[in-house]
Amino acid sequence: MSNSRSSRGRFGVHGGQYIPETLMSAVMELEEAYERYKGDSAFTAELSALLNDYAGRPSLLYYAANMTRDLGGARIYLKREDLNHTGAHKINNVLGQALLARRMGKTRLIAETGAGQHGVATATAAALMGMECVVYMGVEDMERQALNVYRMRLLGAEVRGVSSGTGTLKDAVSETFREWTARIDDTHYCLGSVMGPHPFPTMVRDFQAVISREAREQCLAETGRLPDAVLACVGGGSNAIGSFYHFIEDEGVRLIGCEAAGRGADTAETAATVTVGSVGIFHGMKSYFCQDAYGQIAPVYSISAGLDYPGVGPEHAALADAGRAEYVPVTDDAAVEAFEYLSRMEGVIPAIESAHAVAHAMTLAPTMDADQTIIVTLSGRGDKDVAAIARYRGEDLHE
Amino acid sequence: MSNIARAFTDGRGAPRKAFIPFVTVGDPTLPVSEELVVQMAEAGADLIELGIPFSDPMAEGPVIQGANLRARAQGVTTDDVFALVSRVRRRTDVPLAFMTYANVVHSYGIERFADAQAALGMDGLILPDVPFEEKEEFSLPLAERGIDLVSLIAPTSHERIRQIARSASGFVYCVSSLGVTGTRERITTDIASMVALVREVTDTPVAVGFGISTPEQAAAMAALSDGAIVGSAIVGLIERHGEDAAGPVGELVSRMAEAVHAA
Repeated sequence: MSNSRSSRGRFGVHGGQYIPETLMSAVMELEEAYERYKGDSAFTAELSALLNDYAGRPSLLYYAANMTRDLGGARIYLKREDLNHTGAHKINNVLGQALLARRMGKTRLIAETGAGQHGVATATAAALMGMECVVYMGVEDMERQALNVYRMRLLGAEVRGVSSGTGTLKDAVSETFREWTARIDDTHYCLGSVMGPHPFPTMVRDFQAVISREAREQCLAETGRLPDAVLACVGGGSNAIGSFYHFIEDEGVRLIGCEAAGRGADTAETAATVTVGSVGIFHGMKSYFCQDAYGQIAPVYSISAGLDYPGVGPEHAALADAGRAEYVPVTDDAAVEAFEYLSRMEGVIPAIESAHAVAHAMTLAPTMDADQTIIVTLSGRGDKDVAAIARYRGEDLHE
Repeated sequence: MSNIARAFTDGRGAPRKAFIPFVTVGDPTLPVSEELVVQMAEAGADLIELGIPFSDPMAEGPVIQGANLRARAQGVTTDDVFALVSRVRRRTDVPLAFMTYANVVHSYGIERFADAQAALGMDGLILPDVPFEEKEEFSLPLAERGIDLVSLIAPTSHERIRQIARSASGFVYCVSSLGVTGTRERITTDIASMVALVREVTDTPVAVGFGISTPEQAAAMAALSDGAIVGSAIVGLIERHGEDAAGPVGELVSRMAEAVHAA
């Protein structure tokens, strides 16, 4: 079946704008504003200044010499998004959207959050720009990430618990959309990933593409050539698409998204959407989703609250269909091992999300030659995960 | 005349305001849902919306979310809903429309879903997460089988209203208020202006929904349009009365239908 003639924001068959009519004017207003400001020199200069002077960009491309020596194969470089202000790549997108929202005359940001990283980043941008901020978070996640809840409140945001459904990230997204339908005039939904209705997947990708723009230049300057593979973890997929984007045309560069397999992609307790999901329509987009035979969205599981989402951004779905990017499942066990490995080997504690990409690098690097290179995006730092990993290892440690 | 068009008449071809109640199929149980539908038809409902349960109903407030949860907790599937409709169809010829979310239809297979609707004698489909820009994927296969995909307009639609109404079929669902479904004390939107924009471009009837909880509100909304849609107020009664909901629901529908028909 062909798409409607006027349907916008497609990546192959994926994407689109599957949202209630009430929200259409809001996403069209956003699309118009984004089209207007993305090429506006005052806007881009202001965003660049914020990214550099406030968020600490450019982020380092760090040669992981110990890891490379230990694994005995490809040279491994880490793209250090964990060194950004607020400790993750999320700030890249949030600063862009907050600036855009202000240009649109909005005074209030609402956002969903899973692990709390996007909520903290949004609360941070709202504090900086003097905007009101409300963050929706599943009640399950609020309990798992109590410190981040306090952090958001410290930054002046209101955190509202979502108890509908499974009380996790997907329900927080649904609830934020519901809130947006009730209050549009002064409110921008600062969506945290490359998902949802057009223009979000394109706009968020553009804001995150700074990762690969820098990494490509840094890699060429450092090694004189392009990397052989770029690895990033994928939940909704914003750090991954940001890491891939400027390499998509470079066909010799393998692009590998590392999905959260939870207890295994062959079990029900998984969040490996591209690996086990099927095409569906949810949260404003057509893409791959974990769902049952009747299209009911499946409960998903991962040790990582940031990857614990039953869908994936539509551009990833299209890259998977086209065979341009590969998507591999990585289990909780492998991610925890990688979390500990990178901590000891390089003195870098990665976010448990990012540890999924590190884990795959650990299996991939030894199969490659010493003159090849891998870039692994460290999307965030792991301080937030220390207590949970301790408990995973059987220690009675609570925050 | 399509069955949905017939819902907006007195049965002899003269226009009459339509009262359109909603229930989620499987809430509280499939057998009770069947009784509720028949009861509502007998109580004067002109068109009945049957909700197919979905795990994540994005346009719903807490009351109808609860109905979806109760139905899902019993494992009610799309095929169970179809089986219920075939039983209902032996007992009443009241016009019927499904209300569900895009993924439920997409995962069933849009053509296959449309075939099932036609075979069951279902007259329409309402998908609150499919706006004008995305509708053809669904509306074309349905139209081939004579089934209407109902178009929605909202208080934020403004200049989109004429465009949406021009290609509307069945009826135009006028969303009365910002936000999700649920009862509201007051409806402050300028419904009359929205209806006037629709009428500039089409004769397709307009029914108002979202937030209507009393016969007085239903009559007031119907007076401004061609009909009133009531969901949460009915689902709230079902939540309260459970297995014994048929009596109270029939009574409310009867009062609402009477008020709307007189509007």
